[in-house]
Amino acid sequence: MIDTINFNYTVDGLDFSRAGEASTDIKQKLKQMGVDFTIIRKIAIAMYEGEINLFIHAHGGKINVSITATEVLMILSDHGPGIDDIAQAMLAGFSTAPDDARELGFGAGMGLPNMKKNSDEMKIESEVGVGTTVTMKVYL
Amino acid sequence: MKISEIRDALGARVVCGEEFLDRDISTGCGSDMMSDVLAYVKDRSVLLTGLCNLQVIRTADMMDILCIIFVRDKRPDEAMIQLAMEREIPILCSGHRLFGACGILYEKGLRGGANYDRYH
Repeated sequence: MIDTINFNYTVDGLDFSRAGEASTDIKQKLKQMGVDFTIIRKIAIAMYEGEINLFIHAHGGKINVSITATEVLMILSDHGPGIDDIAQAMLAGFSTAPDDARELGFGAGMGLPNMKKNSDEMKIESEVGVGTTVTMKVYL
Repeated sequence: MKISEIRDALGARVVCGEEFLDRDISTGCGSDMMSDVLAYVKDRSVLLTGLCNLQVIRTADMMDILCIIFVRDKRPDEAMIQLAMEREIPILCSGHRLFGACGILYEKGLRGGANYDRYH
């Protein structure tokens, strides 16, 4: 029996049309593994929101996904501007996204709260000027 | 409500996914903000939107949305159609504006699926 399956993705910060490819891929893989569709949706939403954030706020980043028999762990890391006030960033409706993100349909200040809502555990570590790492866990 | 009934009610054109028109739709969502779609959409939904980019298809895929309707005569490009076909999401196009299209479907009995009690 395989203990852990790892998938690593690099999110392109320049091509918005590619944002979401990693989440689409993970969704497909979980489906092939026979994971319950309601759990797949939670994982897909949480990861997609994070992937969009990497694009909008950090000009790209990396996503590592580890799947075991009991959980899916997603680690999204970037070298973007960092989050000054994490508590404020978690408020629904608070957004620092640029106007062009809103023209693309994102940046309503719902991303982080929605990631928290769809994950069983979430941790944000951030340093201004250094980058941000968001760790999310969903139990299978 | 079947997708074919939605097509007829809106006088919409089917761009792709003709084979899925007998899917049953339970709820509807009208929005140009994909952030809101990701936060609020319910099960077995149709998405009506005037936003026309690849992320609409990806968002619909993440939410297991069963059909996308582009309003205001927005036309999806080839990449969007290709992805929608891969993900088995039918796309319809309508000349109605978003408010009007949602109103027509509401009148036909389709609802948003939100719990309104919490707002009163």
